[in-house]
Amino acid sequence: MKWLTLLMLLPLAGAAIISALPKASEKAAKQAALGTTLVVMAATIAMAVGFERDNVDLQFVEKYSWIPSFGINYALGVDAIALVLILMSTILAPVVVLAGWNEAHGGRWSVKTFYILILVLETMMIGVFAATDVFLFYVIFEAMLIPVYFLIGGYGSGERSAAAVKFLIYSLVGGLLMLASIIALYVMSGAQGGHTFDINRLSELQMSSTTQNLLFLGFFIAFAIKAPVWPFHTWLPDAAQSATPGTSVLLLGVLDKVGTFGMIRYCLTLFPEASKTFTPVIMVLAVISIIYGAFLAIGAKDIKRLIAYTSISHFGFITMGIFAMTSQGQSGAILYMFNHGFSTAALFLVAGWMISRRGSSTIAEFGGLQRVTPVMAWTFFIAGLSSLALPGLSSFVSEFLVLVGTFTRYPVHAIIATFGIVLAALYILIPVQKALHGPTTPGNENLKDLGLREKLAIAPVIAIIVVLGFYPSPLLNVINPAASHVISQMGFTDPAPTNGGK
Amino acid sequence: MTFTAPVLSYTLLSPILILLGGALIGVLVEAFVSKALRPVVQLTLTLGTLLLALMQLWRIRGEQSLTAAMGSIVIDGPAVLLQASILIIAIISIFLIADTEHFTPLAAALPGSAEEREAAQSGNQVTEVYPLTLFAVAGMMIFPVASDLIMLFVALEMLSLPLYLMAGLSRRRRLASQESALKYFLLGSFASAFFLFGAAYLYGFSGSITFAGIRESIVGGGGNDVLLLIGMAFLSIGMLFKVGAVPFHAWSPDVYQGAPTPITAFMAAATKVAAFGAMLRIYYTVFANAQWSWTPVLSGIAIVTMLLGSLVAISQRDVKRMLAYSSIAHAGFLLTGVIALNKAGLDATIFYLFAYGVATVGAFGVVTLVRDSSGEVTDLNRWKGLGKRSPFAATSFALFLLAFAGIPLTSGFIGKFSIFSAAYESGAKGVVIAGVLSSAIAAFFYIRVIVLMFFTDATEDGTGVEIPSVLTQATVVISAVVTVALGVYPAPLLSFISDLATFIR
Repeated sequence: MKWLTLLMLLPLAGAAIISALPKASEKAAKQAALGTTLVVMAATIAMAVGFERDNVDLQFVEKYSWIPSFGINYALGVDAIALVLILMSTILAPVVVLAGWNEAHGGRWSVKTFYILILVLETMMIGVFAATDVFLFYVIFEAMLIPVYFLIGGYGSGERSAAAVKFLIYSLVGGLLMLASIIALYVMSGAQGGHTFDINRLSELQMSSTTQNLLFLGFFIAFAIKAPVWPFHTWLPDAAQSATPGTSVLLLGVLDKVGTFGMIRYCLTLFPEASKTFTPVIMVLAVISIIYGAFLAIGAKDIKRLIAYTSISHFGFITMGIFAMTSQGQSGAILYMFNHGFSTAALFLVAGWMISRRGSSTIAEFGGLQRVTPVMAWTFFIAGLSSLALPGLSSFVSEFLVLVGTFTRYPVHAIIATFGIVLAALYILIPVQKALHGPTTPGNENLKDLGLREKLAIAPVIAIIVVLGFYPSPLLNVINPAASHVISQMGFTDPAPTNGGK
Repeated sequence: MTFTAPVLSYTLLSPILILLGGALIGVLVEAFVSKALRPVVQLTLTLGTLLLALMQLWRIRGEQSLTAAMGSIVIDGPAVLLQASILIIAIISIFLIADTEHFTPLAAALPGSAEEREAAQSGNQVTEVYPLTLFAVAGMMIFPVASDLIMLFVALEMLSLPLYLMAGLSRRRRLASQESALKYFLLGSFASAFFLFGAAYLYGFSGSITFAGIRESIVGGGGNDVLLLIGMAFLSIGMLFKVGAVPFHAWSPDVYQGAPTPITAFMAAATKVAAFGAMLRIYYTVFANAQWSWTPVLSGIAIVTMLLGSLVAISQRDVKRMLAYSSIAHAGFLLTGVIALNKAGLDATIFYLFAYGVATVGAFGVVTLVRDSSGEVTDLNRWKGLGKRSPFAATSFALFLLAFAGIPLTSGFIGKFSIFSAAYESGAKGVVIAGVLSSAIAAFFYIRVIVLMFFTDATEDGTGVEIPSVLTQATVVISAVVTVALGVYPAPLLSFISDLATFIR
């Protein structure tokens, strides 16, 4: 059964149904979108059940010739990393639709268009992780920008069009650098046994170290913009502030993961030598991201910007885990990608509800929500704790693994990064204190607590955060073989742990 | 002196002959058919002629001949592909030209004169534009298949002269239109003079006016290289002028802006195909063995053209001028394909020409739709909020812009990818990097227009979208469909091109 193509076609079918609906039927459009995303989620889970976790090769492989004159195939396949991310994306999609039931109403265009864009985006989210042909990956990587651009610019708030343009320009510039590298790979493959874009065959190319370094940079900068890693992060706060909460969840939770996913799948696999060459620099960038993002978050006055800054810090951790070149670091980074998706989703969605109730996104405008809206306050609190990686919640496991994995090879970086955790406590607990505790700020007395729909939307997210915090092994068992495979492919072995003093 | 009867292969020449015949009949129609009937008759005649020529072309695809017209015309794969591109572009442009709203009622009348008003009131139409188009198309068809310098020059003039005239036919802002026509004519004449000058030197170098003769002299060596270099340089100037490459681009923004928009569409798309077709043939066959003398210069021109076109386009406030600068940038991208000088470069350039030509006609087609009571609105500030007023116009324009920017899933991306990879393969890495860089710059102003149309609120100034005429709508829809189809599934066209595109010498 062609699972991956099926997964990609389902949202498109849903989009087609929505576009066929009469103009006025907003409710039907929402229901159709929710139904579609639920079906996709179910199908993904059904597919994941059949995944052989000890098999490190690509699974569910499909391959059709697409543009034979350039050796381009429509080729899909997933390893554990891609599977985990696809799973995360398809679980988040219905959550976003349900949580943001009314967020399309303030848009420039119809509610229908909003859900069509979301569904088209879902197809591309699946495709971008599943593509095993570099050309196909690039096409989806770039084409994905268009629906997001319209989602931010058409349905966001505030300086939405400026934010949308900034997002698009940053991503396009990164994408074009990657395109230059892809062209070079393509031409080299032509000289070494026939034009191809197959990731496995491209990874066997012989090239000089200068070439490899340059091409690596082309890919890495594109992914670093996407992820975003300091100093390429400046587009993210604006985009996250302007987009609707649901769009922000997809943007930070899923799209930015394409950056870190790309680092593993493309940078490490295609250019192992160059990855090693640049590791020292990238590790420093990652540490800067962790600390700098955290400081920005502490200073943030706007709750959506705050969440965006925390993500910069978290992406620092993920990047650090990837380039630590140890299997714990790698597993931790992959698990972190999954967990970050849910903790950010929880934060953004609850923040979105708070904002739409209060009519403002300034943290200072909230206060004492704990008394007025206890359920909402508790969910925000738990989401926040997950974001600061409290033991017992999912992010703790991944952050711990990343730090352990980094420490064995880069102790100094790991120690500095640990301060990121302290800062995380600050940037989460200060707004929690300001917004949730203390006397109720005038004007907040009559805010409504979460309704049934909102509870239904957030419950699975919180459940995943808690369950994976206590019992991460089902996911880790899937991730670990893939992580070790990446590391061993690059010719690394984990350093033997030292047992305290010498 | 004995007279040799010409030996012509009428089958192979038939597409060109059909066009010329149709154009001549068109002239007769002007003389003998009543005014009221002329528009319909001319439109039917022109369309029929173009379609017939296209059908004939389909029948002779795969034929190869060096002697179709006693060595003056060569028919081969690239010739058929380029001619077909020109014909298809002409057909969709004719739909735009058929909207007489764009043309002055009486070209001979002074702007603002009583004569002009009278002509407008009597519903006069310049149906001359149809035969003029056919003559221009015939010239364009000959340009890329000419295989001696005289034929090449004749074709150049034949495609240029009608265009000079047509540029001056605009109904609104007639003075600007006439100024642009004059400017086009004067600069075009200079270019022709340079071209002839170069041709003379090449004759001096090789003692021959045929491409085969010149190539033999180059391959054989021993000739006077100074003559060859001067000849190549001046011949190139003539052609670079036609494609609007920097520094020979100065005419194009003014002419694009001043000419009636349907003519701009036709000129921008079809002239590029013809001129680049000729350049491909000349550089790939005649000058190929002297590549060390011309690739560095042409690379420099390509880089400057791409960067300058993209940079200057950013500051444009008029949509037609913006498209003009964008077309300059695209001339640079296409030059990249010429520099590549390999099979992949040839295929890529032909694909790019077709894809870009179709998208260009579509984009100008949308421009013709955006109007207020006094005619077309080309001021970009007044395009604000177009997405709300006319989703059809705004969406299709956005699609064409995305194609120009080379976003995946549009024909522009496949074109750019193939042309850049061909150039990279030939070692022209600097040009490719400049190309990627200018794509990034260009993306900026394309996106700015999309922002204007979709994310900015409209000002109430009566700018509206004309209920599109069926024909204009057809042009826009066809162009949009082709643009998407070639972006999503270009394989059939690419393999068709790659099977056919081999120059014979």
